[in-house]
Amino acid sequence: MTGRTGGANGSRGPVAVPGSEPGAAKILARDFKFWYGSVPALKGISLEVAPGEQLTIMGPTGSGKTTFLRCLNRLNDLVPGTRFEGSLLIDGRDVYRPGTDVDDLRRRVGMVFALPIPLPMSIFDNVAYGPRLHGVRGRRLAELVERSLRAAALWDEVKDRLGDSAFSLSGGQQQRLSIARVLAVEPEIILMDEPCSGLDPISTLRVEETVEQLRGKYTIVFVTHNPQQAARLGGRVAFFYLGELVECAPAAQLFTRPRDRRTEDYISGRFG
Amino acid sequence: MILRSRQRDRLMRGVLTASAVLAVGVLVLIVGYVLWQGLPVLSRAFLLEPPAKMGRAGGIFPTIVGTVLLTAGAVVVAAPLGVATAIYLAEYAHQGRLVSLIRFGTESLAGIPSIIFGVFGFLFFVIYLGMGWSVLSGALTLAGMILPTIIRTAEEAMLAVPRAYREVSYSLGGSRWQTITRVVLPNALPGILTGIMLGVGRSVGETAAVIFTAGASLRVPHSVLDPVRTMSVHFYLLAREGISMRNAYGTAAVLVLSVLAVNFVAYYLMHRHLARLRGAGR
Repeated sequence: MTGRTGGANGSRGPVAVPGSEPGAAKILARDFKFWYGSVPALKGISLEVAPGEQLTIMGPTGSGKTTFLRCLNRLNDLVPGTRFEGSLLIDGRDVYRPGTDVDDLRRRVGMVFALPIPLPMSIFDNVAYGPRLHGVRGRRLAELVERSLRAAALWDEVKDRLGDSAFSLSGGQQQRLSIARVLAVEPEIILMDEPCSGLDPISTLRVEETVEQLRGKYTIVFVTHNPQQAARLGGRVAFFYLGELVECAPAAQLFTRPRDRRTEDYISGRFG
Repeated sequence: MILRSRQRDRLMRGVLTASAVLAVGVLVLIVGYVLWQGLPVLSRAFLLEPPAKMGRAGGIFPTIVGTVLLTAGAVVVAAPLGVATAIYLAEYAHQGRLVSLIRFGTESLAGIPSIIFGVFGFLFFVIYLGMGWSVLSGALTLAGMILPTIIRTAEEAMLAVPRAYREVSYSLGGSRWQTITRVVLPNALPGILTGIMLGVGRSVGETAAVIFTAGASLRVPHSVLDPVRTMSVHFYLLAREGISMRNAYGTAAVLVLSVLAVNFVAYYLMHRHLARLRGAGR
């Protein structure tokens, strides 16, 4: 069974991954709603992501993409006056269940932000920041930092200057450093919130290649406003619009035969 | 008259330059005059000997000890308390009415004349708690006096740390306390230090609050319950009573030099800390 249209068409069941059992989902949202104060940001999202899958969430600014990511690692807890309804499961457990160890949840669900945010410390210390929080020291730490930088395709460029300030890196390198920093806490899920929005096309390509290499090893949710990027990344694409999941389908299908008029308008550039 | 923008630009540049020159000039004039009058008085004996004849002769050793004790005591009490309060206000407290009220309160406290603190310290520490005129009464009064400044500057410094740094720390599984100690405090340290340095400066220069609470004894104190005289108080009494203008300027020179030295050391340490924070660099 292929992806169904959710949202406005009234069909609210989880959008199933081809050939997977619903119980095996890594991420499962069921009619999940979210408000900032009285402003609704998510209006009933039902979505499923299989373990090891890379899902792309595409949509314009204000469509709720980032809000959805920030619910998955509960970073929205930092914003006062929010409210939610429905359920949001990771490995079958609701992330909003009372008594959830939020620090542990965030370690398992890593996040790469829209702009590269190097902490004001050395390249090494940036990658080591997460593991140190969780008590990793000494040789194991050094190995972990190297492995993470290699996985983020940055090792060869920085191996001789790990003690330099992270600010000495270019924008694209800083964003791959952010990816390495996330990998170093050995997460299961990686959320990427428009990680290329501040980068030039060449740096964007390098980050996309890095994501390519991570595919299959981690469950990845990649957010972008850019239809071309969503098409390049492949996999399944979920189109968010004004807090609704309009349509979710494999990229090839969504871009050639969109089911919803709004999806068609968006990918053909007819939106303002 | 309508000036063309280039003329207006030149005029404003002149006015602003004049303001800067005037401001720096006044400072240089005051410090220069004090040093010109006071430096010839300075000698090993002046620094290390006790005063004689109420300060007309001899040195100022006990007042140096008194200044160091009172200032150190005030900072040791006020800095941890002030920084802890600032952490609470910036990182823990629900940003609502109560916090605004506390902020308004500390801001008002920072503007209260020091003599009010002196009278309060006299009534509360000296009389009510029976500490008498002493190092302890003086230090606690000064601590109360500099606390609001330390709280305000430390809080501002913490709020100025980008929210994104906190989010990175939280998103990697950092707890609130880990985020505060590893990201917020190291980045806020220069601001916090500035507040503490302002407190040191105010403590060293304070006279009114100190006369009321620490007394004006010319002996070297043997316990925190003994009275002391600070350099500022000594200067005030020497000049006010017309005892010795010469020794008054000598004391003032020591005062100015020590404040400058403390500031230099603090800014050097801060610079080194900043360099380390930003990575070794090349």
